[in-house]
Amino acid sequence: MRKSVWSMCGMCTVRCPIRVEVEDGAVKWIEGNQHLLKGALCAKGSAGPALVADQERPRQPLIRKGGRGAGRWEPVSWEFALDYVADKIRGIKERYGAQAILASSRGGPFQDVVKAFTHALGSPNYSNHDSSCGRNVHHASLSLFGLGRKGFIYDIKNARHLVLFGRNILASLRPAEVNQVMDMLDNGGRMTYVDVRQTLTGIKADNFFQVRPGTDYALALALIHELIKARAYDAGFVERYTTGFAELSAFVENCSAEWAAKECGVKEKNIHELVAQIGEDRPRVIFHPGWMLSRYRDSFYASRALNCLNALMGNIEIEGGLIFAKGPGDYGKKGVRSLADLSPKLTIPRADGVGEEYKHFEKGPGLFHLFYKAMATGKPYPIKGVICVRHDPFTCFPDPAAQKEALDNCDLLVSVDTHYSEFGWYSDVILPEATYLERDSMIAVQKGLKPRLIKRNKAIEPQSDTACLCTIIKGLARRLGLDEYFPFNNLQELWAWQLEPTGLGLQDFEQKGFVELAEKPVLFDREKLDGKFKTPSGKIEFSSQKLSECGFPSWKPYESPERPPKGQFRLVFGRSPIHAHGHTINNPLLNEMMPENSLWINSKAASRIGVNDGDMVDVSSGPVTSTVRARVTDFIHPEAVYTVHGFGRQIPLQTRAYHAGMSDQKLMVGQLQNMDPVGGGLNLCETFVSVRRSSKNPQRKVEL
Amino acid sequence: MNKYAIYLNSRRCIGCHGCELHCKTNKGLPVGPFLCEISHEPLKSVKGVPKTEFAFRSCRHCEDPFCVPVCPTGAMQKREDGIVFVEQEKCIGCMACAGACPWGIPQYNSESNKAVKCDYCMDRIDAGLKPACVTKCTTHALKLVTMQEL
Repeated sequence: MRKSVWSMCGMCTVRCPIRVEVEDGAVKWIEGNQHLLKGALCAKGSAGPALVADQERPRQPLIRKGGRGAGRWEPVSWEFALDYVADKIRGIKERYGAQAILASSRGGPFQDVVKAFTHALGSPNYSNHDSSCGRNVHHASLSLFGLGRKGFIYDIKNARHLVLFGRNILASLRPAEVNQVMDMLDNGGRMTYVDVRQTLTGIKADNFFQVRPGTDYALALALIHELIKARAYDAGFVERYTTGFAELSAFVENCSAEWAAKECGVKEKNIHELVAQIGEDRPRVIFHPGWMLSRYRDSFYASRALNCLNALMGNIEIEGGLIFAKGPGDYGKKGVRSLADLSPKLTIPRADGVGEEYKHFEKGPGLFHLFYKAMATGKPYPIKGVICVRHDPFTCFPDPAAQKEALDNCDLLVSVDTHYSEFGWYSDVILPEATYLERDSMIAVQKGLKPRLIKRNKAIEPQSDTACLCTIIKGLARRLGLDEYFPFNNLQELWAWQLEPTGLGLQDFEQKGFVELAEKPVLFDREKLDGKFKTPSGKIEFSSQKLSECGFPSWKPYESPERPPKGQFRLVFGRSPIHAHGHTINNPLLNEMMPENSLWINSKAASRIGVNDGDMVDVSSGPVTSTVRARVTDFIHPEAVYTVHGFGRQIPLQTRAYHAGMSDQKLMVGQLQNMDPVGGGLNLCETFVSVRRSSKNPQRKVEL
Repeated sequence: MNKYAIYLNSRRCIGCHGCELHCKTNKGLPVGPFLCEISHEPLKSVKGVPKTEFAFRSCRHCEDPFCVPVCPTGAMQKREDGIVFVEQEKCIGCMACAGACPWGIPQYNSESNKAVKCDYCMDRIDAGLKPACVTKCTTHALKLVTMQEL
């Protein structure tokens, strides 16, 4: 007899709603929730059962026996492992204070329990991976709208034109969003794609700009200039809801299409054509402000400029534009309880300096990479224990060697993850989390046009000695005397506690797997948006008060990016629809589809250095060299080389992923603190690498 | 006449290769065989935009299949609605079918030591459902088409 279970995917952090069919304790079928995705699921989503079956992941708690990273592990019981970790935490707390503990987890709906644990311990140092991802976009959005990057949803489906700067939206693969894009194109909408190379997204575009790496900001400024010049903006909206338009106009005065064409290496005529199209398509034009935009030293300003363009379109709170993400409160409903609200409010400053040294950054998760400074220098105070939950700093931040050096000052490194992360492999304790098909998770609130509550239910019992995150944290909390902050003994009790204020029960999730908190989507009255923008002025601030108070300009004068020295290339990276960064590389089925990455290199540049398509090449930066196959193509800018992020893993127990392909972050030598000072994002595309034909290409046949 | 065909709306296909895994996991196949495939031509510039189109390939379920008569055990069969399938119990894994097929469609399953091929997920079709690749296609680009005599 088949059983049907509503749940949420966990192969990547999109967390699609799914329905799972189970027979005899085994997963037989997974599809996207019919009510939300009409069955749609990506390759990763289908590969879930292979993750469960994979023997090459931690299947019971492990404690390090040899030196860090030596890979000698002692399997222990959960009781023993949790006692061990709790003892170590207690020791650090006694010697250095609770603030010496840093915990980091994946952002999103399940961070609550980790955040609550950190604060309950007495440490303000909760963090996540975002300084290597969306921090620039988030801060740019805050500085302009007073709302973070998730403050708006993009009504792409109803847009007439979607403009993407390096946002490879179709390969990054959020299925609901991808379907919106395809629907928009089916309805005759236009798409413009800007990148240093052609991508799965760009091949569907009407306009394609292959720009010189690092010049996005110039093109965005030119669009502002030309649209203002052509009066192709919503003057009424700008007058009513923005401040600093005159200053913005003055700033872009010299940023003409002619200037940008030269700077970006694109045709001036094409910029004018795009401006004309935008004039026709506005206001339903969406300029995507970027997702992962920790790339160049002006990425914060590039994202800010893209959002300025949205404001100029007057596309806020209209169909086909940027719509305020509505929470339960917007529909007069109560949301679920949060554990973090129970934990004490702390006044102790953060060790990453966010809120103190860096007053312009939002406190939230702070900036993880700055904790390495605290570990290395002991200032403002030492960090001695690091707990990473489904977060692999060695994969997402540059220069793992530099990270290890800083971490060597710590007394305790703990990894909670479903697989061996590179950080986990270096840590002292691995607490193996059950896979998403084997674990329950907290009830999540999803804001949107229609907000909803959604729940992950385990489809099958854990197939090995692994546990769900809430149980792990609860186990540690109990040992540390923090029981009062975690008022549950099991997930059933936690769900009931979360749901109590809402008046809803678990039975309300049975029909569709989620609970919708609104019957019909409602847009705010566009005449009464005052107060919706949480900036100091309550308006959209082209000139940001907060930035100027902190001594930063609202727009940075454009600086042309450095060209790579002769024989070198700018290393850029991205993702494929098959893999979710480092998480899935060793999944047997996904590994079969894409076992390694390659190095994209421009045909002319390749011929200059004697590299042919398919050759093995050595890619070097400082002391680090990776060897990978070259993919010679016309469709990448000659200054750049590109690879898919997440490969080049060095965990011997992951036999499929071990040394398969190259790792971009290991080549970013000396870049760990190369941060956009205004946006807080790391500059991950500021590394130049040398590329040579490798000696690993066979020259002779010496076998029989 | 064949009753069914699978059609790919290449305008909607984003080349995510989801269908290949949806198929594989539904059939419980190990590393090795793929019963369908998404492919594309090299990029070509069209009005300044490098473009390509995706194509979907799986068994053609031939009107007069070569693989059926060559099968020594009668495992390879053609149903009335045109679906060509392998009856797993009868298959001895000799792979004569793959040799006879001009496109090498039947594949070897190294776990079961038998031939395996696309059968439009006939168990699902018989239950009133769509094939796995169609049901879960990320962008709903794949469709199961029912042929009609004109």
